Amino acid sequence: MNIVVCIKQVPGTTKVAINPATNTLIREGVESIVNPFDMYAVEEAVRLKEKFGGKVTAIIMGPPQADQALKTTIALGVDEGVLLSDRAFAGSDTLATSYTLAQGIKKLGGADIILTGKQAMDGDTAQVGPGIANWLDIPFVAWVKKVENVDLTTKKIKVERMMDDGYEVVESSLPVLLSVVKEINEPRIESLRGKMKAKTFKPVVWSAKDIECDPDFIGLHGSPTLVNRVFVPVRSGKKEIIEGATVEEKAEKIANKLREAKLIN
Amino acid sequence: MMNYFFTEEQQMIIDTAKEFAVKHIKPVREKYDEEGHFPTEEVKKMGEAGLCGLYIPEEYGGMGKGIMGLCLAVEEMSKVCSAIALSMAATALGTFPILLFSSDAQKKKYLPDIASGKNLAAFGLTEANAGSDALGMQTTAVKDGDYYILNGTKQWITNGGEAQVYSVIAVTDRARGSRGLTAFIIEKGTPGFSFGKKENKMGIRASATRELVFQDCRIHKDQVIAKEGMGAIVAVNTLYNSRPGVAAQALGIAAGAFEEALAYSRQRKQFGQPISSFQAVQHMLADMATEVEAARALLYATAKTIDAAGDAKAFAKESAMSKLYCSDTAMKVTVNAVQILGGYGYMKEYPVEKMMRDAKITQIYEGTNQIQRNEIALGLIKENASKK
Repeated sequence: MNIVVCIKQVPGTTKVAINPATNTLIREGVESIVNPFDMYAVEEAVRLKEKFGGKVTAIIMGPPQADQALKTTIALGVDEGVLLSDRAFAGSDTLATSYTLAQGIKKLGGADIILTGKQAMDGDTAQVGPGIANWLDIPFVAWVKKVENVDLTTKKIKVERMMDDGYEVVESSLPVLLSVVKEINEPRIESLRGKMKAKTFKPVVWSAKDIECDPDFIGLHGSPTLVNRVFVPVRSGKKEIIEGATVEEKAEKIANKLREAKLIN
Repeated sequence: MMNYFFTEEQQMIIDTAKEFAVKHIKPVREKYDEEGHFPTEEVKKMGEAGLCGLYIPEEYGGMGKGIMGLCLAVEEMSKVCSAIALSMAATALGTFPILLFSSDAQKKKYLPDIASGKNLAAFGLTEANAGSDALGMQTTAVKDGDYYILNGTKQWITNGGEAQVYSVIAVTDRARGSRGLTAFIIEKGTPGFSFGKKENKMGIRASATRELVFQDCRIHKDQVIAKEGMGAIVAVNTLYNSRPGVAAQALGIAAGAFEEALAYSRQRKQFGQPISSFQAVQHMLADMATEVEAARALLYATAKTIDAAGDAKAFAKESAMSKLYCSDTAMKVTVNAVQILGGYGYMKEYPVEKMMRDAKITQIYEGTNQIQRNEIALGLIKENASKK
């Protein structure tokens, strides 16, 4: 089974500065890490390989130093790493990024399963995963919290998809792109053997030309997105703080509310 | 910080063992100690992290990082919990007979699964009436065609019942004395091989200690290590190689307890100031730190010396020195760590009382420290005699 895991390098801190002129993140001078959500995708990819056999390739778009992120995945059990790096990719929005990654995956010869984290920790858009699936014209399942089964003969996969109020069981044909949530697994620590392999690892580096990109779809030029404003969105879920002088009083209030909602008798 | 000029790979071993200990050992150490729970899950993960086969050559699935590699990992994990680290360190003890004396076929059969952490090993030498006087053992192996029939009981065997592979020494010809012992590889599940009850111990409680009971247990001659009559040589050379591992465990306990005591002394306030500002406490900390560093320097020098020679036989004295000094240091430092933490140190909410209980065994097993001193003195006399 061929598994591809898409990763992103993000600032290793939650205190990022925003360039007021472009409303984009200032990445210079900030230590980079692999997007934490992608680490669950990497772990799941390695587990799937251990269970079903095959190969895991990590792919990333970024500057030459993004090979550090690939090294991290190699230490965790990923077999190969591809770095899509070209000045022409600079300024990519989620549409151009997903196009570029999709072109890279095509060049790899496709995959049975493509994994991504549910979203990146910096931009938080959650658009690149579905974007790649769209460019590749394959099914996409978001927020996967468990892979129940993969049937390589019938080319089917069954997964559990996390919802606000429970989960859905989804069956899909292969190839498929899954974005995973942190509930899916507990990432392992880098093994000694992995670290030693990572030490000498050199990624495959592909330019825009190597992966046959249409110049109109990549980089700033291929990015129709304009960032008007950056703000913290209002939470849609309702929250209420129960107040009272004693624990008993608060408990009583909660119990009454639950009764009103007919959740308890 | 002292610079030990670690290679890049040695530093990776330290980092990996440290990360492993903090992530997988620390959260369970108190519970496992209290319940005497064997760390089966943790050993599996230890194998995945690549920490189980450090001392095993690469051709047999290991990492080929020698005694030094083994010691670095054992030290780092023992800083957090020496009992959980022992599952791997005692496996090394049970593996050395195979590593040092087995045929290629036996090595190929047993070492890869030990290196991966799938199988644990144990060493069966001690008996109820044969401790320091190990050669006075009663367990017999009587030849019967292509088989040996084993009868007898081995006592206080670390990893007993949990390990799949046992290196066991038995008497094949009592008349020949030390040349009448033979080493065998015995697999768990062999008919006639069973285990006694799990011992209830003062310390290293997450480690399993059991009797190995042999009742007309038939072992094929292919399971003999080296050849008949080599048992004593297998046993002593195993101990020369394994003692730095005990030293590393002891060093880890000492270093872990010292770190706890130092941190506590800076945070605990009495008479309006941290207790680390009192000279009485400062001098204790200074002695503890100095002894830990001296123990470390001796152990690393020993481990590197053995690795460079490719064999511990010529360094029995140094091996004994490192075990002796590190374990005495562990005992002293943990007692003082409990003292610095005072009433809190005596409580199970803090880890130092466990470290003190765990430290004691390192002065006892794989040769008591009295036996280590005998070994050192014997080495000194031999060396001096050979100069003439």
